[in-house]
Parts: sequence; C-alpha cells; structure tokens
Amino acid sequence: MLQEESDLSLIIAQIVQKLKGSNLYAQLERQAWACLQRPEVRLESLKEDIKEFFKISGWEKKLQNAVYSELNVYPLPSHPSAPPEHLKEPLVYMRKAQGSWEKRILKSLNSMCTELSIPLARKRPVGEQKELLNKWNEMGTDEPDLSLFRPVYAPKDFLEVLINLRNPNYENGDSLSFRTHLGLIQVPLKVKDIPELKECFVELGLSTGQLGIDDSTQVPPELFENEHVRIGQKVLLQQDSAAAQQYIRQGSPTALRAELWALILNISSQPEDILYYEQLKTNVIQHDLLVDSLIYKDVKLTASNDDYYFVFEDYLYQVLLCFSRDTSVLGHFAYNSASPPKSYIRGKLGLEEYAVFYPPNGVIPFHGFSMYVAPLCFLYHEPYKLYQIFREMYVRFFFRLHSISSHPSGIVSLCLLFETLLQTYLPQLFYHLREIGAQPLRISFKWMVRAFSGYLATDQLLLLWDRILGYNSLEILAGSSG
Amino acid sequence: MSRMLVPCHVKSTVALQVGDMRTSQGRPGVLVVDVTFPNVAPFELLEITFKNYYTAFLSIRVRHHTPLHTPSKWVTCLRDYCLMPDPHSEEGAQEYVSLFKHQMLCDVSRVLELRLILRQPSPLWLSFTVEELQIYQQGPKSPSLIFPKWLSHPVSSEQPAPRLEGLPDPSRVSSEVQQMWALTEMIRASHTSTRIGRFDVDGCYDLNLLSYT
Repeated sequence: MLQEESDLSLIIAQIVQKLKGSNLYAQLERQAWACLQRPEVRLESLKEDIKEFFKISGWEKKLQNAVYSELNVYPLPSHPSAPPEHLKEPLVYMRKAQGSWEKRILKSLNSMCTELSIPLARKRPVGEQKELLNKWNEMGTDEPDLSLFRPVYAPKDFLEVLINLRNPNYENGDSLSFRTHLGLIQVPLKVKDIPELKECFVELGLSTGQLGIDDSTQVPPELFENEHVRIGQKVLLQQDSAAAQQYIRQGSPTALRAELWALILNISSQPEDILYYEQLKTNVIQHDLLVDSLIYKDVKLTASNDDYYFVFEDYLYQVLLCFSRDTSVLGHFAYNSASPPKSYIRGKLGLEEYAVFYPPNGVIPFHGFSMYVAPLCFLYHEPYKLYQIFREMYVRFFFRLHSISSHPSGIVSLCLLFETLLQTYLPQLFYHLREIGAQPLRISFKWMVRAFSGYLATDQLLLLWDRILGYNSLEILAGSSG
Repeated sequence: MSRMLVPCHVKSTVALQVGDMRTSQGRPGVLVVDVTFPNVAPFELLEITFKNYYTAFLSIRVRHHTPLHTPSKWVTCLRDYCLMPDPHSEEGAQEYVSLFKHQMLCDVSRVLELRLILRQPSPLWLSFTVEELQIYQQGPKSPSLIFPKWLSHPVSSEQPAPRLEGLPDPSRVSSEVQQMWALTEMIRASHTSTRIGRFDVDGCYDLNLLSYT
C-alpha cells in the first residue's frame, strides 16, 4: 500500500510538472485572477470558491481532459534506477537493433547528400523565399526534378530488419520445439491471445452495435444509429475526453468525427497554436532542407497517385514541410525507442553548443509517410488544425509503426500478433501460404505500417482509426489484417 | 525516509541441477546467489533493488543475527515473487525491480546474510540472472534542527491594543492577508517551462553530414 501511494504521488508530480509549461496553465492562472473580481468569491474561502468557479465555467473539465491526455500519452514513471534509455525501450537487444537500423538510414541519407552534392540544409535567398510564399497554397503545381532522389527506405527494407531480429539469450536453434515461431518474426514478445483480445476489445463484440455494420441501409436506423448519434452529440456538449474515447469505440458518425477526434486528442485551436503554425511556415520559407525533397518525392509517388487523396496534394506539403521544422516533436523521443539524428554546424564538429538535430523534428520520412496525413484531410480543412491533429496522431500512434520496440502497440508486436492470430484462426491458410513460399506477413506488413491508409476505402479507414483512438492502441491493425 | 547503501559481496551463482551436469542436456532452472556483508554489523534491511535478466521467480532467504550460542537458521522472507508473468515471453525480462521491507514475510531487522534463489522454468532462455544488485538499510535520521527559543516560543508580552469599533478582528485579517501573500508567492515561484522552438543556432542551420554516435 505504501508503494502504491508513493507511485501515485510520483505520477501526480510528473503530470503537474508537464502541465505547468502548457498554455492551459497560463489560461487557468489568468482565469483565477479574473474571477477574484466576482462577488461570490470570498477571501476566507478563496481556494474553494475558485475551485467552484472552475467547475461551473468548464475549466475544470479542460484540466481533466489535459490530465487524461497526459496519462494516455506518457508512460508511467519508471524505476528510479532505470536510465532514460530503459524508458525508451527496456530490452537491450532491441535498442541495439534500433541503433543499427538508424545508422543505416543516416548512412543512406549522408551518401545521398554527397552523391548529389546537395547540402542537408540551406538558407533560401530572399527572392526564392518570396516566390515560395506566393505559391504556398499551390506547391503541388511545382514540378521539381526529383529523379535523382530516392526514398531513404521502404517498408519492405524495414521488414527485412524485423525478420532478422534475434534475442541473443533465446533458444534460436533449428530444432522444432513447442514455441517455434512458424512466421517471420522470431522474437518471443508477449501478445494477447483470443480470450484476452475479446476481453480488451469487448465493445467490438457481436452483440454490441457498431457503426460501419449496424448503420448500413438494410438495418433500420432506430435500432442503433439514431441513438448512437444522439449520445455522440451529448458527449460533444459535455466536452469530456474520456467519455469521447469510450464512445468512439463503437465508431463515430461522420458529422461528429472531426470534433470527436479533436476532443480525444485534446486539441483546441487557440490563437497561440495558429501563431505556432505560422512560425513553422516561416521556418519552411527561410530554410530549405534535403528532407523536403524526400517529402515532395513521397507525395508525388504515393498520395498524388491515389484516387481518393490526390486532391489534397497541396495540403500534404503544407503539413509535412512544417512538421519537419517542429522541434516540439522531439519530446516524443523520451518514450520512442528511436533517437533523432544529430549533426553539428559546419566547422564546429564536436562542439556541443553547435549540436543540432536534423531534421529539426528528428523524423526522417520514408516511402509512404505522407499517407499518414492524407486521410485526415477529409476531416480538417484549416491547415493549422490539420497540422495539430496529424502531429498528435504521430506522437501518440504512428511513430510506433516504424521503430523497433517491444511495446505492445509497436510494429514488432503487431506483426507477431497478426501471425499468431492467423495461425490460430486460419491454420490451413497459414500453412498453405507458408508452403508456397508466401509468408502472410509479407503481404500484410505494408498494410500495418501505413495503418491501412491507401489500402482501405476512406470511410472504412476512418472507422478503423476511430477504434485506434478509442482503445489507445494499434493492436486493432493486427486484428484487421488477420 | 533516507536509505544507505550496504556494501555487499555477491558470491558467484551456483546452479542447482539433478544428475551429472556434464552429461545432462538441459540447462539449470534454479540458481542460488549468496550475498554476504563482510565488515558490516547486522543491519535492518530496507530495500533491495536489482535489474532482472530473464529470471522468472525470485525467493529470498535471510539469516539473522541471533544471540550467542543459538544457531542461526535460514528463514524465507520472500517466496516465489513473480518477475515475469509469462516465463516464455519477454514481459518483465529486463525490468528494474525494488523490493521493500513491508513485502517481506519475516522480520529483517538483524540481517547477517542473504540468499537469492532464482528460478526460470522455461527452457527457451540460454541464461538468467539478476544484475546490479543493491541492498539498502535505514539511513541516519536527519538531525533535528535546533531553533532558538525565542523563535519557537514567542513571548506574548504586550497587552493587545483595545479593539476599535466596527473593525474586523485583527488576527483574522492578518491570517487572511498571510494566505493571500502565500498564494501570490506560490504563483510567482513557479515559472513556466516554455518551449523555445528554435532549431538553428543564431540563425545558422548550415550543417555537416549527420553524425553516427
């Protein structure tokens, strides 16, 4: 009991510390000062009166949502002896594998840099800056020569790395044992079995109504759909993140989805956020990065060729170019097994005051990266709102799909979960595919890495992403693949 | 509650195995680690921390200091503490663990020696152990600060001034003012950690190639 109490105080202290630097804290402070003028706030019961005011005016709810958001995103404080890399990834061999993979990516990027004689970063001349500002809303019309650029890596390269992942302390011998992995993933991570999945994803059971199934034309709307929409409107009125997250497990009505996602991700577009986005835009205008060409190439190769998403090409540039300049994304590396690439200002190699991260957000895009943003364009039309939603989705979920970690929502666990489910549910199919040399993971891997973006029709995809938000887990991707 | 590290000597692990170890195929599933405390008087155990490496279950036995002429016996103070919920999978395999006095089954106030019994029933792992073992005892209590007498026992010498009509009680007002002052101090003291957001160094972002650390 003593231990639980001290753990709780540690969590509370951590959350308070995080929230102290946020906009919400400043706003609450201002509100508290302002409400001193109100007649019902008395000096002798100051604390209670201010608390009461917060409750009535909805500020307490906002604080509740912020705390809930922190609990969802940040892992619990770890053991005091544990070093920071343990929080990123507890298993040493996985950390090493991630490190080698990152080194390969850096080498690839460096060689592209030297071969093409293009600098990693370049300050734009004033003329070029003006030109870019003028065509900011139509960057898709630009047709730069990208033939020499190639994506740094594609999902299939990453799959090869995962297939070769081995625990040095594990019995990796050839002899068949009761725990031989018949699939491609050979690491013994703990994945949920069917009974555990049923318990975890109870709202997806057959006896519970679902949007996407129970709102089709054959089913009369009075049975489920109408009531579900009514509850959704009520949840939005209450502005409660936790309730919204619970509600969305059964799917979100199309009309309410944009607001529900913003509520769950705790995104409220304040003037500061719009200003921040404009600042990022200025950064894009001032500096040209090699990574920008990779983004251009990726959008041209993937989203522009897609029937559903080609109309959003300009939006994609506006979001992804700004994303690369956003240093606040660096915060997620505390719980991501990956680390941001580092470099030094030219001529100051080794001097820590001149060490910088490249790209500023530490994320090197790979082939298909722009597909994480594309489906969101259907929901949000202001670039700054679209940007905020994408950034939050990335630092909560998408980063796990392209880094090596033992986390239950990490891509390695998802692959293992998929293979295990397929072997359990459809053993004959699994065996047959193995026999003909077509390991099922090779087919489904690219679906999972892209969170099915580009492989499912948009309405289906958005319903799937509803569940990702609802359960705060990517395990649903493995279930959908199987 | 302060704690103090106890210097200990961890003996090399002994594997318990049935049969001839040279010819048997399987790997040992039970290891015993003895921890002695040379040059340390019998102490009160507060906390044991270590980093797990694929041990599934941990038992700890302790030998107490007993009065002269009574043989000291080994007593189990922790029985089959689960470190890995599923011994065949990676969960909990490399975690940092702390065990506290209140989790122990017996009194640990005069510890002479400890014996850790590690069990890993799964045949899938090549080896298992615990690393970075640290034993803590109760640290010295922080010396109580001696306040000068006039600070802790203020002398109420003066007669309270006669209360003027219509004014609130001065002691009540002063306590409320004090409360307000405390609030303003609190707000002033907590400075927000604003995010800087700059990725360049003094406007320059002209980089070398990426470094491999």
